Amino acid sequence: MYRSLFPRDMVAEMDRLQREMQQAFDLSPSIRGFARNGYPALNVGGTASAIEIYAFAPGLDPASLEVHLERGLLSIAGERKSSLPQADSKAAVHINERFAGRFRRALSMPEDADPDGVEARLRDGVLHITVRRKASAQPRRITVQ
Amino acid sequence: MDKQHEVQKTGAARDAGARYASDALTPPVDVIEDAGGITLYADLPGVTRDKLQLQVEADTLTIEAESGLAVPPDLVSSHTEVGLARFRRAFTLSKELDSEKVAAELANGVLKLRIPKAAHAQPRRIEVQVQ
Repeated sequence: MYRSLFPRDMVAEMDRLQREMQQAFDLSPSIRGFARNGYPALNVGGTASAIEIYAFAPGLDPASLEVHLERGLLSIAGERKSSLPQADSKAAVHINERFAGRFRRALSMPEDADPDGVEARLRDGVLHITVRRKASAQPRRITVQ
Repeated sequence: MDKQHEVQKTGAARDAGARYASDALTPPVDVIEDAGGITLYADLPGVTRDKLQLQVEADTLTIEAESGLAVPPDLVSSHTEVGLARFRRAFTLSKELDSEKVAAELANGVLKLRIPKAAHAQPRRIEVQVQ
């Protein structure tokens, strides 16, 4: 089921809608489809030496998380257990907005991403993945003789 | 022409700054009620205990939090789905809930609140006496 992590952030939702409209009218979209920012929500940025990915994944057991970098495609997969009561219990669910179940998100990395230089840390529900750029691709200053 | 463009640009930048400073995301929640009280779960990624504020005033419960994400200073952002670092949400409590006995736990970016029902509102089984 598709569920935004923060469905009431109207500015972000409008942004997503606009992106999806653009993609819907694109006659030859990317073969890997397009991101549907669900769970976990992703922020991506880069510095000169690395690509930084922040996945907002609260309430995850680190053992259930799988991060792979394969042929330029970084994928984050896992499962979040539901906090809702069993069907046979006598509890009533009044609000149910949080995501539960299996998830998988993938993003393609730039060509200079180093598959051996990936580091992933989970802290306070944010998964921070650092992918180093290959040393050969980093800007170097060439001394003029 | 150039000057006008400049003015528009700084205006937009100021708006973005103001939005970042005052706006807040609405964290998604699950609310479950059983015989003893209400359990609330809220997703607050990146929030540590000292950045979380819980307040009960009259019959309103307010959750306010700030995400303490450490980002490298020279980071150039290319894709943003979470554009704000603040969370806020309020709930109106009902009378039978004992707001003085709220218990809170924060783990892995998820807040778990337990609000018990006041003793007089707990379901009681009444023994039927047969004479």
